[in-house]
Amino acid sequence: MTTAITAPTVSGAAHSNNPVEQLRWGISDTWTITKRNLLAVTRIPESLFFSTVQPIMFVLLFRYVFGGAIHTDAKSYVNYLMPGIFVQTVAFGATYTAIGLSEDLQKGIIERFRALPMSRSAVLTGRTVADLIRNIFVVIVMTIVGFLVGFRPSTGVLAYLAGAAIILLFGYALSWGMAVIGLFAPNSETAQVMTFPLIFPFTFASAAFVPIASMPSWLQGFATYQPVSVTVAACRALMIGGPAQTWVIQSLIWAGVMLVVFVPLARYKYRTRT
Amino acid sequence: MSYAIEAEDLRKTFTGKREVKALKGVSFRVEEGTVFGLLGPNGSGKTTAVRVLTTILKPDSGTARVLGHDVTKKGALVRSLIGLAGQYAAVDENLTGRENLVMVGRLNHLDRSVVTQRATELLSQFNLVDAGDRPLKTYSGGMRRRLDLAAALVARPTVLFLDEPTTGLDPQSRNDLWEVIEQLVEGGTSVLLTTQYLEEADRLAKTLVVLDQGRVIAEGTPGELKANLGATVLEVGLNTVDEAGRTGQLLAALGSHQPVVSGTLVEVTVDDGAQAAMAGLRSLDEARIRPVTFTLREPSLDDVFIALTGHKSEEEKEAESAADNARRKNRRRSDERELAEHLPFSEGPQLAEEALGGSGSSSTGDNQ
Ligand SMILES: Nc1ncnc2c1ncn2[C@@H]1O[C@H](COP(=O)(O)OP(=O)(O)OP(=O)(O)O)[C@@H](O)[C@H]1O
Ligand SMILES: [Mg+2]
Repeated sequence: MTTAITAPTVSGAAHSNNPVEQLRWGISDTWTITKRNLLAVTRIPESLFFSTVQPIMFVLLFRYVFGGAIHTDAKSYVNYLMPGIFVQTVAFGATYTAIGLSEDLQKGIIERFRALPMSRSAVLTGRTVADLIRNIFVVIVMTIVGFLVGFRPSTGVLAYLAGAAIILLFGYALSWGMAVIGLFAPNSETAQVMTFPLIFPFTFASAAFVPIASMPSWLQGFATYQPVSVTVAACRALMIGGPAQTWVIQSLIWAGVMLVVFVPLARYKYRTRT
Repeated sequence: MSYAIEAEDLRKTFTGKREVKALKGVSFRVEEGTVFGLLGPNGSGKTTAVRVLTTILKPDSGTARVLGHDVTKKGALVRSLIGLAGQYAAVDENLTGRENLVMVGRLNHLDRSVVTQRATELLSQFNLVDAGDRPLKTYSGGMRRRLDLAAALVARPTVLFLDEPTTGLDPQSRNDLWEVIEQLVEGGTSVLLTTQYLEEADRLAKTLVVLDQGRVIAEGTPGELKANLGATVLEVGLNTVDEAGRTGQLLAALGSHQPVVSGTLVEVTVDDGAQAAMAGLRSLDEARIRPVTFTLREPSLDDVFIALTGHKSEEEKEAESAADNARRKNRRRSDERELAEHLPFSEGPQLAEEALGGSGSSSTGDNQ
């Protein structure tokens, strides 16, 4: 530690009131945080397992174990199943936002971020954008896995991509909801405990794996209109055919509502958390 | 005179399960280009003050300015002028040391090329070259701490906040960090540092403030503080509690404050260590008390507190747990070890007497 330390340069250069400059740095900060979160995904083996191996096991389980006992309108169960698997994977993956964020809060790295001249919303946006990128990767992997077990979408590439986009948008909105939980949870263990009972009923009391008509009537109302179900229905229609419009609109409304509620709430909590 | 940091009547109460008044009207000023020490026992509000000054936490009332800019109104500007190394290493476990520094540099809005060069520079400055490209999971506590300090310096801040920067560092790293701080200050940086070690404040700080339970209870130069206190602590260990009590009475005449008797240990702060040691040994000998240990040491922050407030800090009282005691004992032991190099008092009174006769003057601690 004997190298001479030069005098501080004119600092404060990081600060600018110019809105264009601020936007440019806001994007740069968000990307820096996004990269950091993506690196973490590749370096934590559990998280890689969580986002790829686990959904593959679900595919195999439903395709080969439960599938035979489930009767649907679709010609083959695997075609019915895959859109459900996509949405479920994205929903389960979103819990990682809550856990990761509360871990960051606990370990103090956010304390450092809050004293840096970076854009304040970059921490949250970078986290959710990283999730989005991970979800894109996961949807690609799951599409390949689906093909291997007999999934045959029949509506063309554009409709398929539109279905994927619906899933990703839903996942992005859900990430913000999970960010809210991560910010409210006192620690990451609590965040984990809080997210699971929330995600579980939404994914399983839904149209993801079984037709809603097969459920008891008291459950059908919830199961039909809740966000996971409408997103699965929209995605299914776009990927394997059927009337898509109403489901797509409903799914977009859900995603919009979630974003309108969760984004400001998360940002507020981030600003005021002591 | 322009000030790097000004705090005026800062107040902060945490509401939660239990209401905690962390700051009850704290004011101080830090001259530009100097090191300022914020001292205080656990829970006295040091970290809370640092968090307010670094814009992380909004005070309930009062104002704080960094280089003249109000931290609540000009938060973004203030953040671009400061560097912070918080009490707990705030680094990303999943990244390498270099990646951590680059990330912080980029978030400070430095150019990519500048950041790359700066990261290499800091890694070598903090002896982390070999570990620079390893993920932090493989770092030791001290390495993490050093990386955290390096991260605070990436953007060459004009005002630097260090919350207990040397806690957990080995003596070599501690000395290295002190040198780094001194060089930074030579270059014009202003530094606010919190510490538990009077020795550290003594070496670095031009002025300091002592906090206790959210209030400033003393301020001045380290010299002034210690002069108020008495320069040295005479610590005598006895065989029995009864002897300790009698020793306390015998030594009362030596110090500027009442001796503190805890268990079989007697502590008294004195102005002239050597004189007091001779007088103390003489009166113990006359009373036929044979001490087990007889030590002169630098006053610790504990002594400052006992002297200034007449009580131990609230938290300390609450947490006089086994772990705490063990820690304190350890620290005493290491203080004694340091001293033993100069005055082998702990070898026993006889040796001590010889040493006194031989050297005549006492030197305590090894600072400078
Ligand atoms: N986020 C918080 N929520 C509630 N109480 C808090 C919070 N942060 C600090 N406190 C309380 O405020 C008081 C001052 O804490 P602070 O961390 O400022 O002390 P400190 O001087 O830094 O102590 P230490 O030497 O242990 O680091 C303590 O009683 C602490 O329990
Ligand atoms: Mg503290």
